[in-house]
Amino acid sequence: MNLTLNVWRQKDRNAAGRMETYKASHISPDMSFLEMLDVVNEDLIKTGKEPIAFDHDCREGICGMCSLMINGMAHGPERATATCQLHMRKFRDGDEITIEPFRARAFPVLRDLVTDRGALDRIVQAGGFVGVNTGGAPDGNEIPIPRERQETAMDAAACIGCGACVAACKNASAMLYVSAKVGHLVNLPQGQPERQQRVRAMVAQHDHEGFGHCTNQYECQAACPKEISVGFIAQLNREYLHSSFGFAEREDSSTGVG
Amino acid sequence: MSNLAPTKREVPVNSLASRTGLAAWFRPYVTSTVGSKMLVAVTGLMLTGFVLAHMIGNLKIFAGRTALNDYAAFLKSLGPLLWVARIGLLVVFALHIYLALKLKKRSLEARPINYAYQNTMIASVSSRTMLWTGLAILAFTIFHLAHFTFGWVGPVEANGKMVGNHEPNDAEMPTRHDVYGMVIHGFRQPVVSILYIVAQMLLLMHLGHGIPSTFQSLGLNTPRTQRMIRAVGWLLALVIVAGNIGIVVGVWFDFVKP
Repeated sequence: MNLTLNVWRQKDRNAAGRMETYKASHISPDMSFLEMLDVVNEDLIKTGKEPIAFDHDCREGICGMCSLMINGMAHGPERATATCQLHMRKFRDGDEITIEPFRARAFPVLRDLVTDRGALDRIVQAGGFVGVNTGGAPDGNEIPIPRERQETAMDAAACIGCGACVAACKNASAMLYVSAKVGHLVNLPQGQPERQQRVRAMVAQHDHEGFGHCTNQYECQAACPKEISVGFIAQLNREYLHSSFGFAEREDSSTGVG
Repeated sequence: MSNLAPTKREVPVNSLASRTGLAAWFRPYVTSTVGSKMLVAVTGLMLTGFVLAHMIGNLKIFAGRTALNDYAAFLKSLGPLLWVARIGLLVVFALHIYLALKLKKRSLEARPINYAYQNTMIASVSSRTMLWTGLAILAFTIFHLAHFTFGWVGPVEANGKMVGNHEPNDAEMPTRHDVYGMVIHGFRQPVVSILYIVAQMLLLMHLGHGIPSTFQSLGLNTPRTQRMIRAVGWLLALVIVAGNIGIVVGVWFDFVKP
């Protein structure tokens, strides 16, 4: 396969970036998208040019490190697939492909296609701790959890924190991410005592990081490599309302979370 | 997740508990993204309720001149209650627009550099044009008030002479205003009636996304009910718009006799 790539190049955080065009030749349809970029980079290095910087780690779709906006779609055209698991057979010979970094004020570009997604980590940090017993390993099935509940929590916990939801959102909102993190704890007995503070703190941190608001267009769900449901955003909204009604409002409830 | 060490978050977790009082309790609903969306949703539902009631009331035009003019006289006879309703409606309308614009500004700032390759996976046209349909409906509402409520738009012919749009001119009861005649005169003007129909189409688009969206924002949506809520929302929007357009078309085809 021979392809034409339009790639965003940017020297560092403060430099102005621009789109540049490259030829990708002799690409196997069995290569992953990242392997295709590896081949392009080999050629760039051979000709003495700076290779294209992009994020990657496990390359098996479970770490959330890879990103890329491919033809305006986060992680490319294939549903429920991270860029590293996207194969070149999904493209046609001679295609022109535009590759850009995930765009958001909260995701500053560090170099080329590499962005700083630390804002997502800080949202989780803001959520604080979950009250569990430490010490010896607990007995299996010590805390009864209905299977449906457990599966729902697991669906939310499938989030790998890649930030595709933010990249795909017309408003650069991280609401699907926040809802997945809130959702996987609120559906389990272990997450209950800190339930009300957690949702407030995480939404406050989300807003503080400069993400946009949710307009219920569900682009995030379509882009998510783990197919996190927007049903969790509705649950997040319910939790936010719930946090207004209860004992967490007590003046002396400064539990020192975080 | 990001390979960079996260910096310390800057929002105190217990900002919720450290303040007391009703104003502090309500503050997050005005300031946060999640809370603001809920207020946009609640005010939006109120406005939907108003346009529905407005449409049903106006269908009295098909019952004849006396029925509609009686209804108009009844509304006017409410006196102070009418003013409470008017001011309440104005506050709700203003809050809906103010919060929506504030959120829009926020989300524009959340993505300072937009994508070179713009793409949309599933977001509906109506959801992507909410700002524009909303502003157009605001402009139309101002025209509509000037036209029928204040009577600023042109004099009308009544009882064989030209009088101000809003003067007492009912043929049966000369002391009261002939709303029936005013509506017929208004919709006999092609430019005006087409403007009304276009405005109703924009209202259909706005409500088609808006009504189902309120359920998601208020946390009343679940993956199980999502499709039903969407269908019911569009149906309600269609009923409102069809009723309103029916009046215009009724005047055109003499279902409403002059």
